[in-house]
Amino acid sequence: MAVLPMEAKGAIARRRGKVLVGPVDLRLDGAGITIVIGPNGAGKTSLLKMLHGIQRLRGGTITWRCPLEDARAKQAFVFQTPVMMRRSVLENIAFPLRLAGVGRDEARRQARDWVRRIGLTEAADRSALRLSGGERQKLALARALIRKPEVLFLDEPCAALDGRATREIEALLLEAAASGTRLIMSTHNMGQAQRLANEVVFVLAGRIHEFLPAAAFFATPGTPEGRAFLRGDIVE
Amino acid sequence: MTDLWDGLARAFWLVVSLDRDLVEITLRSLQVTLSALVIASAIALPLAAVLAVRRFRLRRATIAVLNALMGLPPVVVGLVVYVMLSRSGPFGVLGLLFTPTAMIIAQVVIIVPLIASIAHQSLRELWSDYHDLLISMNASQTQRVTTLLWDGRRALLTASLAGFGRAIGEVGAIMVVGGNIDHATRVLTTAIALETGKGDFAMALGLGFILIALAVAVNLCIHWLGRTESGGRW
Repeated sequence: MAVLPMEAKGAIARRRGKVLVGPVDLRLDGAGITIVIGPNGAGKTSLLKMLHGIQRLRGGTITWRCPLEDARAKQAFVFQTPVMMRRSVLENIAFPLRLAGVGRDEARRQARDWVRRIGLTEAADRSALRLSGGERQKLALARALIRKPEVLFLDEPCAALDGRATREIEALLLEAAASGTRLIMSTHNMGQAQRLANEVVFVLAGRIHEFLPAAAFFATPGTPEGRAFLRGDIVE
Repeated sequence: MTDLWDGLARAFWLVVSLDRDLVEITLRSLQVTLSALVIASAIALPLAAVLAVRRFRLRRATIAVLNALMGLPPVVVGLVVYVMLSRSGPFGVLGLLFTPTAMIIAQVVIIVPLIASIAHQSLRELWSDYHDLLISMNASQTQRVTTLLWDGRRALLTASLAGFGRAIGEVGAIMVVGGNIDHATRVLTTAIALETGKGDFAMALGLGFILIALAVAVNLCIHWLGRTESGGRW
């Protein structure tokens, strides 16, 4: 059963009594790329983590089309600072398959295919801890995509990457979206948002301030805060 | 100073001549300590991983107790194990007192808290790195524990090594439960204590140097294993 649509109703995430994000009402459906934008500290990361389930829900509901356990298995998350496991590049990429019970040989075969796709063939048997920032992010993306998730959350995957690495990551993202993976990604980079977005979620002070098709948002944001943000003004 | 040189010379001669008693005592020391190390690691390492991953009501108390038990006085452990294994004790029927098995049990009790505490420190840090990733991958509790144990294996090796160091040099507990019986439960440390008591300092020092060499050799072996990580394999 498909995992989407996902519907959040009054969803709230808190830490030590402080509201990180919410209450959030949001419905995600169909295909494409939803870009989450907003100023620093607005709650973009917390929103993604709450929707994915890393950040515990402290109020409201988030429902998926299928049961929660199945939905969790059909999602993946790429962190802003990629977590490199203390394993080789190949084993890092094969890891989610091994968790899912795929045999070692088959997992390594598929991982080797991904290693080739992300251009890390020569580093396949090296420790992942020795990779550069761009290589680490490509590895993290390959590790997230190897199980063919239906929904992929990405928290600023291109932050601190150079132009070439950003282009490579974006190519992989577009390829994933084209093959049916629903992407929900936060970014600070407005150029990247315009290149990739089908929809835009504008987050401010822990709440969804606007949720519009990308063309509409970038042409005429619906709120003064949205317009100020696009102008580059400081918005709080 | 003369005793030291005599000790070195005696140690050299004992090793070169492959003295039968020395070989027997050394092998028994290794057998007892390595057996205790394997059993203690099998208990302590998963315990450390579970303490790092799981959140339960008495978790903090368990960690505090484990840390406190690192300073367990070996003689007291020996005494407790002695009482448990003596004829009138609950396990007296097994007839284990004054056997190498009793010595292994005592060493296990002594080094489990040490290995578990050191391992827990390392795995706690690793878990803070892996926490979000493993949750996002929907890993089960068992998968989280096994992943930590595998990826933290180098640090765990160090924890086990600390346990080995404590066990190989242990004398109080194994003297109590082993009895230092010739050709039965005599090991390097108890033999050193015996020779010192007899006033044969050269022999005691000779055995001491061999004990140190043994500990260093095992350390070097494990260090060599650990270095495989810097080669990019781990």
